[in-house]
Amino acid sequence: MATIARPDAKDPIYDGTRIPSPIPTVLEVDPAVKDTDDILTVNFGPNHPSTHGVLRLIVDLDGEVVVGVHAKVGYVHTGFEKNMEQKSWWKGITYAPRIDYLAYQNNELVFVLAIEKLLGLEIPPKASWMRMLLSELNRIHSHLVWLGTAALELGAISMFWYTFREREMILDLSELVAGYRMHTRYFQTGGLAEDVPPGFYPECRKFVEWMPKAIADYDGLLEKNEIWENRTRGLGLLSRSDAIALGQTGPVLRASGVDWDLRRDDPYLYYDRVHFHVPVLPHGDTYDRYRVRIEEMRASVEIVEQCLDRLERLEGEPWIADDRKVVLPPREELHTSMESLIHHFKIVTEGYRVPEGEVYVAVESPRGELGCYVVSDGGARPWRVKFRAPSFAALEATATTVQGAYIADLIAIVGSLDTVMGEVDR
Amino acid sequence: MAFAETPGLLSTTEAFSETTLVVDPARLVEACAFLRDEHRFEMLVDIAATDYLGWGSPGVSGYIGTAAGRNLNRPMTQGLQALPAPKPKRFSLNYHLLAIQPGARRVRVQVWLDDGEPVPSVVSVWPGADWFEREAWDMMGIPVEGHPHPERLIMDEDWEGHPLRKDYPLGGEPVRFSGEE
Repeated sequence: MATIARPDAKDPIYDGTRIPSPIPTVLEVDPAVKDTDDILTVNFGPNHPSTHGVLRLIVDLDGEVVVGVHAKVGYVHTGFEKNMEQKSWWKGITYAPRIDYLAYQNNELVFVLAIEKLLGLEIPPKASWMRMLLSELNRIHSHLVWLGTAALELGAISMFWYTFREREMILDLSELVAGYRMHTRYFQTGGLAEDVPPGFYPECRKFVEWMPKAIADYDGLLEKNEIWENRTRGLGLLSRSDAIALGQTGPVLRASGVDWDLRRDDPYLYYDRVHFHVPVLPHGDTYDRYRVRIEEMRASVEIVEQCLDRLERLEGEPWIADDRKVVLPPREELHTSMESLIHHFKIVTEGYRVPEGEVYVAVESPRGELGCYVVSDGGARPWRVKFRAPSFAALEATATTVQGAYIADLIAIVGSLDTVMGEVDR
Repeated sequence: MAFAETPGLLSTTEAFSETTLVVDPARLVEACAFLRDEHRFEMLVDIAATDYLGWGSPGVSGYIGTAAGRNLNRPMTQGLQALPAPKPKRFSLNYHLLAIQPGARRVRVQVWLDDGEPVPSVVSVWPGADWFEREAWDMMGIPVEGHPHPERLIMDEDWEGHPLRKDYPLGGEPVRFSGEE
């Protein structure tokens, strides 16, 4: 296993006085070259099998070298934010996971955390641990899909079958907990929608035992694979100061040598009570982004295991806060208690009211800092919901990373930024 | 107060353990450069625009029904429990900044704008602001002065209107029927 070089902790990440040189988010062709008539403009996408969704790149080529690139987005704009303004807070939770359909659990988490911050609601420990566990499983799920498709694009088709085998295990666990394989809506304001079902912990333990072996297998297939190394090492370079100036977060930032992870540096839930390593690599190329994600999967397995240890001791504890103005009353009370029936009816029809204010909540999604800015006017519907999508920022780095690359490497480089277009366009 | 020296600072509010600095739009770039260099907010994580048209218009609850009777198809006619604090102008633009330092300090820089009032671009301070400002123009119609690519980002170039504004119709596009001239 390759050792991870940690940048010196005293090394300044970014000296604050540096005015960043113009970093292009649109790469224009040098006018002197453009006049030579040697430039070939190629349209790439929006429906191309390897664009990870509907991304369109208009690429200017000089021979085989990329000299200009315009990224066009917006093909899957579905107006999530506008829709969420029309729905009660309660119903809006359903929209959040669909924004980033690979990191659904993290999206759900950030919106629920934002509502809870406005409400000032305390959630029971069991719910926090379970939220952490599912978010980490979701992180593994998202990285598996990335790894499978990224390798597939470079011709390593068998990776896809292996990663989707483990992805299936995670989806089965989701189904066991929430009844849905994806977009579970299991996180409810105040806690969880249902108690953890019996039999989940042993199944999850089996997965935790299996997964490190599977990750070792991926490493065996790719890490020292000559083709993989040649097509990823030294390509798609992003320096640490450019990465910060362009607002990169998550694995892209850590692969550029910045030791930053919100789970450790700005902990939410109980991330300050678990031990895990944050992989940081110095080169800022496609290969390092791959290594960071592989190591993150290992770290996530560590966290899942620690969550399981805690959860098994919390058997029988409440899974949702006892606040009848916000949380649905227990089902059995509806037959005997008039007040419970009224509360149930009011929450389902009108929705609960959330105090006036604005908050910004951020979590570390598999793609980086996923933020949610929410404004409430004190009513039952959000006034404004804005998601800070890490993929959106990652795509801004396209022009910088593909500068001077070969057209054949373009797919690998753009793929290594791990963008989900649903989240970019919203 | 730590941020008192920020250029163009109009007011500072603390709510929900978050700091909001309301800044004069004319001195926004100066304020941002100050925060980046003096307070080490190296990263701009997000720019979020909000439209406050009709803020507080549902009124205070207790008022059920109109002269024509209560509209059952429109929930929330009961209104709010208290009127929200009025806002100075129609649009707010919120810059969420992050210091990549131990402690993960965050601050929100807020500017208030009327319809059509331009805001200076902060691309010279954080190059990553580029797409966020284009999104603010595209979705909310906030003109950004001095932007390197002042184009729409998400909608088509010839799209009319700005979809996330409160007065943008929800009902979709008008449909032409066949046979209609």
